[in-house]
Amino acid sequence: MKTVLGLAALISLLLTIVPSILVAMGLLSWQTHATLMTIGMITWFVTATLYPQSSKT
Amino acid sequence: METTTSISQKLDALYEYDREPVHEKSLHGIGKFFGIYAGEHIAGTEYVIGPLFVSHGVTASDFFLGLIVGNTLAVLCWAFVTAPIAVKTRLTLYWHLRKIAGPKLTVLYSIVNAVMFCFLAGSMISVSATAIGLPFDMKMPTLTDMLPNSVEWVIVVLLVGAAVTALAILGFERISRFSSIASPWMVLVFIAGAIAVLPKLDVQSVGDLWKVANEKIWTGVPFAGQTKFTFWHVMFFAWFCNLAMHIGMADMSLLRFAKKWYYGFASSTGMFLGHFVAWISSSVLCAAAAGSVAPGPIAYMGAGIAGAVSVVIAGWTTANPTLYRAGLAFQVVTPNWKRWKVTLVAGAVTTIAAIFPAIMMKLLDFVALYGLLLMPIGAVIVADYWFLPKLGLRQEYAAHRGIGLSWPALIAWLGALAVAFATPYEIFFIALPGWFVAVLLYIVFSYIQQKYLAPEERRTL
Repeated sequence: MKTVLGLAALISLLLTIVPSILVAMGLLSWQTHATLMTIGMITWFVTATLYPQSSKT
Repeated sequence: METTTSISQKLDALYEYDREPVHEKSLHGIGKFFGIYAGEHIAGTEYVIGPLFVSHGVTASDFFLGLIVGNTLAVLCWAFVTAPIAVKTRLTLYWHLRKIAGPKLTVLYSIVNAVMFCFLAGSMISVSATAIGLPFDMKMPTLTDMLPNSVEWVIVVLLVGAAVTALAILGFERISRFSSIASPWMVLVFIAGAIAVLPKLDVQSVGDLWKVANEKIWTGVPFAGQTKFTFWHVMFFAWFCNLAMHIGMADMSLLRFAKKWYYGFASSTGMFLGHFVAWISSSVLCAAAAGSVAPGPIAYMGAGIAGAVSVVIAGWTTANPTLYRAGLAFQVVTPNWKRWKVTLVAGAVTTIAAIFPAIMMKLLDFVALYGLLLMPIGAVIVADYWFLPKLGLRQEYAAHRGIGLSWPALIAWLGALAVAFATPYEIFFIALPGWFVAVLLYIVFSYIQQKYLAPEERRTL
């Protein structure tokens, strides 16, 4: 479960940053980039919230 | 006299849990500090600071060089000024200052700090309001707006202020956790937003970046009615925007948990992510928005809904603990008031302040003032720790003699501020001479107090 959440969190961060690079390169529309960033945001907050915290913290 | 004693006793009670030096078992590794500093310095206000530099006509080379030098100096201050005393004493600023300056002066410091916290939280509420108002097509405040410019603005600020105050009353631990979750994502939103608007600035390739930076972003030409900023403005602002934390020693409370003094270098994550990457990004967004400085619209233009949400979260997560701490500090001067009632009043004051866009549009000046007012206390702590023993004087004299208010510390505080404000320079530059004045005044008057006046003081005990 931890691995799945970690992987999903990583993908969500990639969805946040990669589309903007594609927009700058002219390979993606701004609207699609904004949609992907919204999906990335939702995924990030869900996965990061569910990700098990270290007991020390 | 009795009232002051009662207030200081209340303040003592509030901080009772961290009265003792941190135990060795409670110390943290450097990784924790990298994370804390990164999270603390990526706030909603970063969306305002970059555009304000752009509006003041900074050139690209002055901007980059100023940020590199200023942020490096800030990190060095945390590492060589704050952290060494923090790991030696293992005390919060509050308890260490109490020993040096006495309980009454510590109360005064706490009140000044709380008032400044309120205004800081107010600016964060204003920042959040610019994003909340987007769906309602609210008229955004402009650079020259000092008063509210529409009824919608007032209503949105009141709603955001009410929400932030309500959450601060409920406590801020969960919000702190939420804030730490949001930090990594927020950095990427800043960067992504800036990258996505590069085509709007006619950046076709990496080779165009520097040319566009000079011609379209940091043009060197101030907006109408704005003063011209130079390398020195950027450098001193980057160095001193957290003056209260490093040279002012407030981060003793955090770095006392560090195993080694050099953990102070961990502040580099906050400086070079929040105060470098984020300020560059928000500057780029401002330029792409044809000079608009309202955080909500520029973030939306770069990153869509995610950008607007990041402005709300960045403003909200930083305003909440700030308001909570302000309420905590005010509680000591409001006898018999419950914590919720004090926080409610602090929240009301903060929200009223937030209605005025001046608090956001004059953020650079306000942040400089905030650091300046608290800086002399840090100078007193440094002088007491490093210089008094070398002159054969006793450290922590107030605690040693049971003095309620250390007059050398009070003179150093007020004297440094008087000298700083009397100098004919802009507010960004006067903290540095003020620090030396505070150190000098504290040493001279401590010498007089301990060598010449000690018998009289002994009689008053």
